[in-house]
Amino acid sequence: MTTRRRFVQQLGALASASAVGALAPTFARAQSAKLRVGLMLPYTGTYAALGTAITQGFNIALEENGGKLGGRDVEFFTVDDESEPAKATDNANRLVQRDKVDVLIGTVHSGVVMAMVKIARDTGTLLVIPNAGANAATRSQCAPNIFRTSFTNWQPAHPMGKVMYERGHRKVVTLTWKYGAGEESVESFKEAFTKQGGAIVKEMYLPFPNVEFQPFITEIASLRPDAVFVFFAGGGAVKFTKDYAAAGLKDKIPLYGSGFLTDGTLEAQGASAQGLLTTLHYGDGIENAKNKQFRYAYGKKYGVQADVYAVQGYDACLLLAGGLAAVKGSFGDKKALYGALEKVKIDSPRGVWTMSKAHNPIQDIYLRRVEGNANQVIGIAWKALDDPANGCKMQA
Amino acid sequence: MEWLIQVLNSVQYGLLLFLVASGLTLIFGIMGVINLAHGSFYMIGAYLAFSLTQWTGNLWVALPLGIILAAVLGLLLEWLLIGRLYRRDHLHQVLLTFGLILVFEELRSITVGDDVHSVVIPAILGGSLPLTENLSYPVYRLFISAVCLALAAAMYLTIQKTRLGMMIRAGASNPEMAQSLGVNIRWIHALVFAAGVALAAFAGMIAAPVSSVFPGMGNQVLIVCFVVVVIGGIGSLKGALVASLLIGFADTFGKVLVPELAGVAVYLLMAIVLLFRPAGLFGRV
Repeated sequence: MTTRRRFVQQLGALASASAVGALAPTFARAQSAKLRVGLMLPYTGTYAALGTAITQGFNIALEENGGKLGGRDVEFFTVDDESEPAKATDNANRLVQRDKVDVLIGTVHSGVVMAMVKIARDTGTLLVIPNAGANAATRSQCAPNIFRTSFTNWQPAHPMGKVMYERGHRKVVTLTWKYGAGEESVESFKEAFTKQGGAIVKEMYLPFPNVEFQPFITEIASLRPDAVFVFFAGGGAVKFTKDYAAAGLKDKIPLYGSGFLTDGTLEAQGASAQGLLTTLHYGDGIENAKNKQFRYAYGKKYGVQADVYAVQGYDACLLLAGGLAAVKGSFGDKKALYGALEKVKIDSPRGVWTMSKAHNPIQDIYLRRVEGNANQVIGIAWKALDDPANGCKMQA
Repeated sequence: MEWLIQVLNSVQYGLLLFLVASGLTLIFGIMGVINLAHGSFYMIGAYLAFSLTQWTGNLWVALPLGIILAAVLGLLLEWLLIGRLYRRDHLHQVLLTFGLILVFEELRSITVGDDVHSVVIPAILGGSLPLTENLSYPVYRLFISAVCLALAAAMYLTIQKTRLGMMIRAGASNPEMAQSLGVNIRWIHALVFAAGVALAAFAGMIAAPVSSVFPGMGNQVLIVCFVVVVIGGIGSLKGALVASLLIGFADTFGKVLVPELAGVAVYLLMAIVLLFRPAGLFGRV
């Protein structure tokens, strides 16, 4: 199954790669004064919408900064990574070796980001990760030149362990796809929930991206746990909440998840998602001036509502703007630059956050409830949550 | 009780699988064409259900409209592209139909976008039957099973008991002889291909309310369909039905009993069947 799909994707990749290659020579070679920014994001495939939102968020911040970073004009080099791990090394190398970018920004898919992390470690190129949550990028593989403006997979799921225990649930069943983000999320939830004193009755997995949930739903009904914790996103999230509601379980065994379960999918989920509680580092209706201003500017320029991905892209640009301003746009003294990036206080639409020692956001995780087509923030599930960053040994 | 419900889950999944795979096995068995784009027709069906239901406001109106559109698409494709490949190597067919996958995905992206959509279940089938005190079974899923069974019976009768079915079978076993006896093979092939496309699209349409509609859904189903065809024996409708049900059981109980192996249960089943019956359960060697 995997091989066939990969084959299909590779052929698709081949077609679009040649298109990118044909365009590349038309980019003017930059003057040395321009800051060379490499964007490696998915612009086609399942995560196309996320890559676009990140780019647009980045652009909003850049405009607010007068189109400059650290006083230098910006020149973009763009590669569509198609969320394809097999091509990730080549794509990142193209930006680093051929286009000689000063900073590499990407990406959404955790498998692809790990290839970028390796190249950043090998070449010393500055890398800013605006989404992918693979724990390792700021744990065992952390490095002075690698920064993340999104989350670790551990972060959004962890507070849910506390929330569910406090809501009186003691016996919980978990269900997710058997792949990186799913396993890391469930592991994180389990750690918090059992620490409080709760018990996991059964951990269930299905292969990614299988959506035949009916056997599991039958199993959940017969196990009768107090509640269910799941990690699903996109099409799988829609199908799961619908199947769960159709089986009549929604009002009998409460369903919880990390925020991706209900982000960007509410219209399709309809009634099946109403009232669901999830945890994430962003949500609708966060009451701060920055969020209002950002959402207004984003809506005005792109005609769509900003989402969590747009915020992460926006913050990636804020991070660079802040850090580069402190060193006057110079990459000469790497140590000074990384030190400056570490110290930037990001005034983000999600609320103010700072960089951890492992270069991952220390941020509030919100508890949200689905109301209509919005994930309304109803409280802070965990104030200033820092990833434990196990195994991160930063070599300066 | 729980076991019985899991059996119900298995049968329901298996029957839907049969509906998609039957078109593939027909096209493969009767025309000798390997159609990689079959999953795309399933995807097209689902998106048709979504668009037409939005447009007409009713799934019952959308279904017949969608079937007609899919059949016309099938006829067009057969006339323009597939018809030129009957005498060619399988590799050419694979290349062409693979190209079609890319074209259909891109067209889908341009016309409908990359979002996930859902299709509303018609009110009359919107209810659920309580099975245990905390689990109910959606009526719509039972409806899908009933429709699949009815279609399976209709297909069997058409092919085994009608004059048309006789011509189709003749065309499959010896096209030249059938042609010289006055059967219009060109026409038969176009008909079979259109029917196969319509079957896949129809499966996509009735599955849309429970599966939701999303990019790449066709590729997921395509692989399992090929497993069905291989296990059942190429070209055998009976084989496709038995194989679909077997896969339904292997997948459902695999997930519950040996979750670690859930991803490979279906392929293990295929390996075991091929070990003892290399041509599939009902295949002609």
